[in-house]
Amino acid sequence: MAEVLVYVDHVDGAVRKPTLELLTLARRVGEPVAVHLGANAEDAAKVLGEHGAVKVLTADAPEFAEYLVAPKVDALQSAYDAVSPAAVLLPSSTEGKEIAARLAVRIGSGIITDAVDLEAGDEGPVATQSVFAASFTTKSRVTKGTPVITVKPNSAAPEAAPAAGTVEQLAVTVAESSKGTKIVLRTPRESTGRPELTEAAIVVSGGRGVNGAENFPVIEALADSLGAAVGASRAAVDAGWYPHTSQVGQTGKSVSPQLYIAAGISGAIQHRAGMQTSKTIVAINKDAEAPIFDLVDYGVVGDLFDVVPALTEAVKARKG
Amino acid sequence: MSLRIVVCVKYVPDATGDRHFAEDLTVDRDDVDGLLSELDEYAVEQALQIKEAADDAEITVLTVGPEDANDALRKALSMGADKGVHVEDDDLHGTDALGTSLVLAKAIEKTGYDLVVCGMASTDGGMGVLPALLAERLNVPQVTQLSEVAVADGKVTGRRDGDTATEQLEAALPAVVSVTDQSGEARYPSFKGIMAAKKKPVESLELDDLDVEADEVGLEGAWTAVDEATERPARTAGTIVKDEGEGGKQLAEFLAGQKFI
Repeated sequence: MAEVLVYVDHVDGAVRKPTLELLTLARRVGEPVAVHLGANAEDAAKVLGEHGAVKVLTADAPEFAEYLVAPKVDALQSAYDAVSPAAVLLPSSTEGKEIAARLAVRIGSGIITDAVDLEAGDEGPVATQSVFAASFTTKSRVTKGTPVITVKPNSAAPEAAPAAGTVEQLAVTVAESSKGTKIVLRTPRESTGRPELTEAAIVVSGGRGVNGAENFPVIEALADSLGAAVGASRAAVDAGWYPHTSQVGQTGKSVSPQLYIAAGISGAIQHRAGMQTSKTIVAINKDAEAPIFDLVDYGVVGDLFDVVPALTEAVKARKG
Repeated sequence: MSLRIVVCVKYVPDATGDRHFAEDLTVDRDDVDGLLSELDEYAVEQALQIKEAADDAEITVLTVGPEDANDALRKALSMGADKGVHVEDDDLHGTDALGTSLVLAKAIEKTGYDLVVCGMASTDGGMGVLPALLAERLNVPQVTQLSEVAVADGKVTGRRDGDTATEQLEAALPAVVSVTDQSGEARYPSFKGIMAAKKKPVESLELDDLDVEADEVGLEGAWTAVDEATERPARTAGTIVKDEGEGGKQLAEFLAGQKFI
């Protein structure tokens, strides 16, 4: 069976969930071979093996942390040369897409980004994408070279599939030309204790109707009662009420959770582009005419400052 | 020595319009108004600020697209860019990201550059890979997804707000930069700027001028193929209730029914 390279997204060996989803999708088109760059490969290999990685290729070099993107492309290319895979899969993070793009140029292959599903086809993997603010669904494939495909978080449920997960060292030479962009300083983001926005199963977002940074705790309290991530619309972010890293929409993050709750968000096309693929959509808004109500499975026309706290209390009561 | 800045811009269908596909499954551009991609306005703005901070700099705006794409160039010129380059060729219809990056890279090399500035993504395709593709093709550093950018002493520096960390980046010129919508509001063209733009030179280039073969671009030359495009079925109308004191509780019951609680 053909091998499929899966690029591992991790924080110091702690494998992030989108990678486990990738392994699940990879098994539909071949045998997953994971590529782990950086420290603590042994820890990662255990988890990767439990989710179907037959092999884990690993390399650690200081250049991965000292320079932007390009050294990781060198490493992934070494893995590509070693394996000659049927496809290369990466998570659709900012960095994942950039690595994918540069690898595609180097190996003369086509690239598909932001797939929401993947299946085997007669002429190679077929990727489903959601386009034009999720108003269309397309099926695409790479027609030249080895398909390089990035997949959005929450595109598949990670499945356990015990495999060997044998660790093999990958010989990597970082080219001088890959040391062009120096990372002078890195400040890790302070953890909020909440799930990461793009990976969360439930997202609660606040918009213009939240009417001030001082009111965002109302949104946060609901999110915490549900174990959800907190998002914000562009209006709320531009007003300085919530950080840009939480912005959901075309110019922010694209989310696809099981449940999306929009509070005080009217539903401009730019916001819809970032959340319309959510499985279940709920909105709370004073304005019965707000376009967000066209998308909802359940909507409440009312003041979020009445509805949200009451919902939070009811959730807490049910959870005991 | 003048600082040569090239800004790559894209002419995109208006996102508030009714976007759809043509019969060959390329984006239908005939039925929807086009405009300069909003995210590219931020790139033009940052280029203008870099020029204002430099002793001597010149900004060329570059686009690849059909005749109408000239509108995107004019908008950038009216904001204050100095000249335009428009790559237009019938063989370009249906070109994908890899093909576009090839054409842009050749046009950038032909124009001459010290710094290439791009938006973080287009507002139509939205792949966000073009700056990285260009850096790879031009073999220069990529300094991408910047919320702050500055150029001084032959170096570009910037701040990248990543998924898990914020990074300060630094690279020597020449380099490819991309900026986010957090980099700073784009200015509105003044009346004077709009009038001046009409007189600014726009060079027109074809594939022959760039030594790009027709089979490397267009629908036939694309590295990817779209086999199917289906309109998402309209969502079945959801339940909408008016809050008369019980809205929160009713919503909790709905969520419990869906097993979210």
